[in-house]
Amino acid sequence: MATTVLEPTRTASLARRSVIVDWLTTVDHKKIGIMYGAWAFIFFIIGGIEALIIRTQLARPEATLVSPDFYNQLFTMHGTTMIFLAVMPLSAMFFNFFVPLLIGARDVAFPRLNAMSLWVFVLGGLFLNASFLFGTAPNGGWFGYAPLSGRQYSPGPHMDFWVLGLQILGIASLAAGVNFFTTILNMRARGMTLMRMPMFVWTTLITQVLVLLSFPVITVALILLMADRLFGSGFFVTAMGGDPMLWQHLFWVFGHPEVYILILPAFGIISEILPVFSRKPLFGYSAMVFSSAFIAFLGFGVWSHHMFSTGMGPLADSFFSLATMLIAIPTGVKIFNWIGTIWGGSLQFKTPLYFALGFIAMFIMGGLSGVMHAVAPADLQQTDTYFVVAHFHYVLFGGSILALTAGAYYWWPKMFGKMLSERLGKLHFWTTMIGFNLTFFPMHFAGLLGMPRRVYTYPSGLGFDVYNMMATVGAFFLAGSILVFIWNVIVTWRSGERAPADPWNGATLEWTIPSPPPMWNFTDEPVVAGKDPVWTLKREAGTRTLPEPVAGDGRGIHMPGPSWWPLVVSIGILSFFVGFMFDKPWAFPFGPVTIVGFLLTTFGTFKWAYEAPDAHATNH
Amino acid sequence: MTTTTATLDQHGHEADHAAHHTSLPIDNRKLAIWVFIGSECMFFATLISTFLVYAGQSLKGPFPKDIFEVPLVTAGTAVLLFSSFFVVMALDGAQKGDRKKLLTWLSLTVMCGVFFAGMQVYEFYHFYHLGLGYTTNLFSASFYTLTGFHGAHVVLGTLWLGTLLKDAIKGRIPPKKSLNLEMAALYWHFVDVVWIIIFPVVYLMQLRS
Repeated sequence: MATTVLEPTRTASLARRSVIVDWLTTVDHKKIGIMYGAWAFIFFIIGGIEALIIRTQLARPEATLVSPDFYNQLFTMHGTTMIFLAVMPLSAMFFNFFVPLLIGARDVAFPRLNAMSLWVFVLGGLFLNASFLFGTAPNGGWFGYAPLSGRQYSPGPHMDFWVLGLQILGIASLAAGVNFFTTILNMRARGMTLMRMPMFVWTTLITQVLVLLSFPVITVALILLMADRLFGSGFFVTAMGGDPMLWQHLFWVFGHPEVYILILPAFGIISEILPVFSRKPLFGYSAMVFSSAFIAFLGFGVWSHHMFSTGMGPLADSFFSLATMLIAIPTGVKIFNWIGTIWGGSLQFKTPLYFALGFIAMFIMGGLSGVMHAVAPADLQQTDTYFVVAHFHYVLFGGSILALTAGAYYWWPKMFGKMLSERLGKLHFWTTMIGFNLTFFPMHFAGLLGMPRRVYTYPSGLGFDVYNMMATVGAFFLAGSILVFIWNVIVTWRSGERAPADPWNGATLEWTIPSPPPMWNFTDEPVVAGKDPVWTLKREAGTRTLPEPVAGDGRGIHMPGPSWWPLVVSIGILSFFVGFMFDKPWAFPFGPVTIVGFLLTTFGTFKWAYEAPDAHATNH
Repeated sequence: MTTTTATLDQHGHEADHAAHHTSLPIDNRKLAIWVFIGSECMFFATLISTFLVYAGQSLKGPFPKDIFEVPLVTAGTAVLLFSSFFVVMALDGAQKGDRKKLLTWLSLTVMCGVFFAGMQVYEFYHFYHLGLGYTTNLFSASFYTLTGFHGAHVVLGTLWLGTLLKDAIKGRIPPKKSLNLEMAALYWHFVDVVWIIIFPVVYLMQLRS
């Protein structure tokens, strides 16, 4: 049968498998989550180094550290990397590791599909970054505006890497979207109704809806651009009647929901942390759920606020202005509910709370400058200046990254069974806050003085000099704060305190099982009778800490076995797309590498399908 | 509530590993197919929008009215529409354990898929020889991209249904595994529905342009 029964003998034979084979073939959502995190952190460091080179080049006027062409590659890859290879997969790390634990499941709905998402993401990320080895990294901006990104203005393989790399990454996101949507709707513990789900599960669910509805749009846009670049069609070539505006519309129909794909998981993490460290339930739970859904809904109706400067006319400008301002309402609801949660709470000043509070403050600043962009006439002054750069770093770093860091400190004990150092954690927090504000706050002023984005250098005497120097100093300070985090991990890994099952007096199900959790998560399937189920358990037991759980040997628990096919299919998908670069496809659409990739994908899919016809993950 | 309660009663708890608790009264795989189809709607909506944005914008011919062969495409459309009915009959056979019914209607469905794909290959070949290459004009590029991706979905669906036909011949689709066919059938209906939009919007409405 399809099922692998984890009897003790079977467990022992699994332990004998080589560690590398184990991680390459695993379908365990926790290992997949850890790998998502590790790879995303590597890409985050690469994107950070790109940022440091950019800041060094801009530290002084008329600098010549890098060539203009390499500068274009740096800012394109910095944006692409941080969005698709750092923030999204860092969120995916938490989806993978914690969504099954928070809903009381033993794995996701489709464990092998989950492994495929991971490997497609890793291979796509490596493919994008491999472009640096050939000196031909993408250089047309992370939004790839046509016709700049077309064959005429971006010759060479630069933007081919981008067009193909993003298509590969899109497959990973869409597969994960189907998987987590199904998991959350269908694999909740008994008694966990939708309105009893932890907020992080809700924001994950809503994020998957955004992925499922917006990624197909960018996929089509990328296919059209690829056809222009590789096959010679004219979708975005004005000489052939094509309309570059179509690219902008398609890109931002995806691009604005993408903004919420980046921030909604962060909202969820903050909504988990604040109640635990305030010793109070989340204030206005249902308002939080509906405001998240409303943000996602509005997110599909505001894309053209990225395009005010294209001259769409007063009617379109007014509509998109108003729709954008409307988003401030559900976002404000969330911020007031977070403040309501900590209001009067018994605050436990641990590192996760520091980062969560830092998130609220920084995100409010980014949100306010965002509302300023919604005013179309003002936006015409701000667009394409450093004011915009300041804004989106306040929401993406001050928002997403601070929340993801808060989540890392909060859930690290559960993931690895070790406590991170509070002392180093607080040092990490303060260096981050100082470095972050020193880097990005001056950019508001540089932008209002008229400093354009994406410029390789600037002349002296325009008032930009001091702000740029401040930003560069801040960027290196910020890099130092990341080193503090890495140091924290290394030190506590070697000689840190072992984490108990429930170090923070948590409210959700993951704190009832050992740290780190056993492969099968829950020895007995949990039954839930309300929100914050673990607090209810503790209250009924009249205690603050439940007895330390025992993992047991997992006898008789049915778990899916490891599989090579997700990796094989991922390599096939990579080969399929890479083939378009090397086979001169305009002579014949499908060259040998593409055909090999297609055959490998098909072969792997068949082997996968017949390996276990009834994909399932839970015990019964 | 689980969809598999009946199965559990028939086959016993231990014997059927596929049965498990789900929060909604729908199997994981069926829910996933619906979600995937929802995502695919956006994919085809974007392709159809692109085609419509560029309708009448081509700078040079051939134009739709010069080359469209409505009788041929009507035949293909009819075949695809009937195949949706055939796959419903096949699924009914699978669910009732009626082997003959399953094999008959599933074979017919696969044949329809092959016919439609063949029709499209012929159509593309025919258009190409009338001077409509992929890069000829905006009409050609957006037409071939849209109908080409639909055709790829038909081919994929035919392969899927063909694989299931092979399984059915070997007796590997008993009633309790009829979901395997139901998922392919859902996908097949979706591919059909997309064509029901493409046929009037791309062919009939463009005949005068």
